[in-house]
Amino acid sequence: MNTADQYVKAIYLLQEMENGPAATGALADMMEVSPASANEMIGKLESRGLAEHEKYKGVTLTDEGIVRARDALQTYCIIERFLSNVLDVEEFRAEARELEPVIDGMIAERLDTIIDRNSECPDCFDPETDACEYLEVCGAEPETETEVAD
Amino acid sequence: MSSNVEGDESVSVGYQVTSDHQLARLLQIGIVLEEVVEARAYHHHEELGEDALDEEVRALLSHAAEESADHRERLEAVIDRLEVDSVPFEEIEALVEAQYGQTKPEDFDGVLYDQLCNEETAYKFYDDVIEAIEASDAQFSIDREELVATLSAIREEEAEGVEEVTRIMEDRE
Repeated sequence: MNTADQYVKAIYLLQEMENGPAATGALADMMEVSPASANEMIGKLESRGLAEHEKYKGVTLTDEGIVRARDALQTYCIIERFLSNVLDVEEFRAEARELEPVIDGMIAERLDTIIDRNSECPDCFDPETDACEYLEVCGAEPETETEVAD
Repeated sequence: MSSNVEGDESVSVGYQVTSDHQLARLLQIGIVLEEVVEARAYHHHEELGEDALDEEVRALLSHAAEESADHRERLEAVIDRLEVDSVPFEEIEALVEAQYGQTKPEDFDGVLYDQLCNEETAYKFYDDVIEAIEASDAQFSIDREELVATLSAIREEEAEGVEEVTRIMEDRE
């Protein structure tokens, strides 16, 4: 996934969480870059027709940007699911972030053939927990079953 | 380092492999991709049957399966030399096999097209990984030159695979 796709994905998630434009500062935090770098990339996304930036309000994706973001989010979901469910990686969020620049859509499509993904994807992705809401996390304490066991 | 928003084809802008752990994880993904190629080639062969496939395509599928098994072993050998916990190869193999046991037969064109996608995806993957290794100055437990040479050799075989499938597809047009 290239840098632009990572940015549109982050903007998409911030817009969902904020229910409005994504603030540049929040975007910089999410991407772990300086506000200046985030601004520079926003300008590039604008010039490609993927996002619109309004001063003091923040950045909003265009329809084309939303399509790109949803594709990128789907790729990200595949990486997270693959790490958690196939490779039993506990720190799948952190590793997915590390790996996403090198796993593009084509490779994710192949990995997707061996994981079970909900047809709602990527709408089932929860930005607050940074994971799909249906993802069965390996090694996680099953909340209800723990009580039953005792 | 330049950010490359213009070129969609550029995937791994500025991405670096910085540790044995990260490297092992990427190689693990490579192993899974190879498993998928092997399983698909095997099942295409099985499901379509000997009669539906001519000698050239049978040879292509059998070569693809053998080559993927070889690539997987070479990747496993690299991971064995890294300072990381071992990974459950058998489980992955069983999982991939279980998924492909359920795939429905595809038509003849589908087989060739699928093989082309397999080879192209694998080529792209190794290309990105090599780029990410070369962009990094991290020290790995395995000699960097040897590592890049191994991955480059595998990438080269994937490129040859793309050419071979393309040639067969063009001959049949």
